[in-house]
Amino acid sequence: MSVHHKAGERVRITLNLNGQSRSGLAEPRMLLSDFLRHELQAFGVHVGCEHGVCGACTILMNGCAVRSCTQYAVQVEGADITTVEGLANPDGMNPVQRAFAKHQALQCGFCTAGILCSVAHFLRETPSPKEAEVRDMLSGHICRCTGYAAIVSAILEAAAEIRRDS
Amino acid sequence: MKPVAFDYHRPNTIAEAVALLDDMKEEAGVLAGGMTLGPMLNMRLVRPRAVVDITRIEALRSIAIAGNTIVTGACVVQSEALRSDVVARELPLLALALPWVGHFQTRNRGTLGGSVAHADPSAEIPLALVVSGGTVVLRSRRRERRVPAGEFFLGALVTARRPDEMIVALEWPRTPADAGCAFAEIAQRHGDFAIVAAACCLRVDADGCLQALSFGLGGVESRPVALDVRRFIGKPATDVANDLPVFAAAGITPMDDRAASAEYRAALTEVLAERVFQDALSRATKRERPAA
Repeated sequence: MSVHHKAGERVRITLNLNGQSRSGLAEPRMLLSDFLRHELQAFGVHVGCEHGVCGACTILMNGCAVRSCTQYAVQVEGADITTVEGLANPDGMNPVQRAFAKHQALQCGFCTAGILCSVAHFLRETPSPKEAEVRDMLSGHICRCTGYAAIVSAILEAAAEIRRDS
Repeated sequence: MKPVAFDYHRPNTIAEAVALLDDMKEEAGVLAGGMTLGPMLNMRLVRPRAVVDITRIEALRSIAIAGNTIVTGACVVQSEALRSDVVARELPLLALALPWVGHFQTRNRGTLGGSVAHADPSAEIPLALVVSGGTVVLRSRRRERRVPAGEFFLGALVTARRPDEMIVALEWPRTPADAGCAFAEIAQRHGDFAIVAAACCLRVDADGCLQALSFGLGGVESRPVALDVRRFIGKPATDVANDLPVFAAAGITPMDDRAASAEYRAALTEVLAERVFQDALSRATKRERPAA
């Protein structure tokens, strides 16, 4: 069914957020990142550059790591969305999160939420990554604290742990 | 950074989409993956009255083989193309160009058609299309027309697309099995806009002479350019490897801007011409294809 909304018209958007059906109001120009934060209180979606460059707002949409600042809430009706709030296991942090803590792969943490979402998709597609592949994936995220070395180590170690346990 | 208020339309069919464009012409912006239109909307570099979201039109999402042509729908997502066996086997140049397009996270959303429609001078997919001798398929309410890629890109962010038209597909000639292709670029950081990008496809005969050659550059002029390299056909590949870099640098009028001087772009052109020619030659000799 085709969809038509007038400028400024606030429409109800329903989607699946971290396993729960959620809905909120958005006018056509509302960024998905703003919708997730302001309407659905998913404050783990961090807003950095708002033009797709910094990677802070990266989320999983239908399992794929994508920017949430360069799409609009009206586009994602019915989508399955995971933010950093939905990544942990029921019994605690997931292996990637544990490895980040162990390796001190974050300092201020602003970029971390987006990176953790990217890594979730990346390791599903590339369970045995080479360091160069990890760095290629990380080129879509800007971290100004760590210099990336600890992030790379954490991801490689988490990948090995996930392979061992599966 | 928020866009100006716009009407939002999400048609389900191409017919509905082109009817909307016919109605609104230049007042409408066509939104696919949003990897270029999104930032431009957010920065208010564009202020369309309406956005026509074409991401849910199923007919735009297929990769099909039609005789000696591979047809990629406008909304094929870049990461889907990168995973496609058909692209890896039949369009090695595109397969080699795609890892250079943006980042993992933007390729999961950005489309082949969107990159072509936007026509950034340094974009990889337009360069691959031009060097492949591909065609852009445009549809309006009244008709469909096909524009050769070499005539589609008119300048930086300017194309032959009319306001009532949308790109529905890209047509790529099938790459012969004995061809070797290569793609390389230099940017300030991986995934950033290329200062210079180069693409090459070639075939050699049993004596090591060139049977076919295409070579092009992105980021150098205001649009991707395929150089006229017919003079090298029939020449020994070892000689062409020496001559092509100098010929390429002499045949361009490089941009001079904040990212790089014209002189630096000319120097990179020589370096990259040699690199892609040698890589393509080595792949043609080994009959190597990129892995999907």
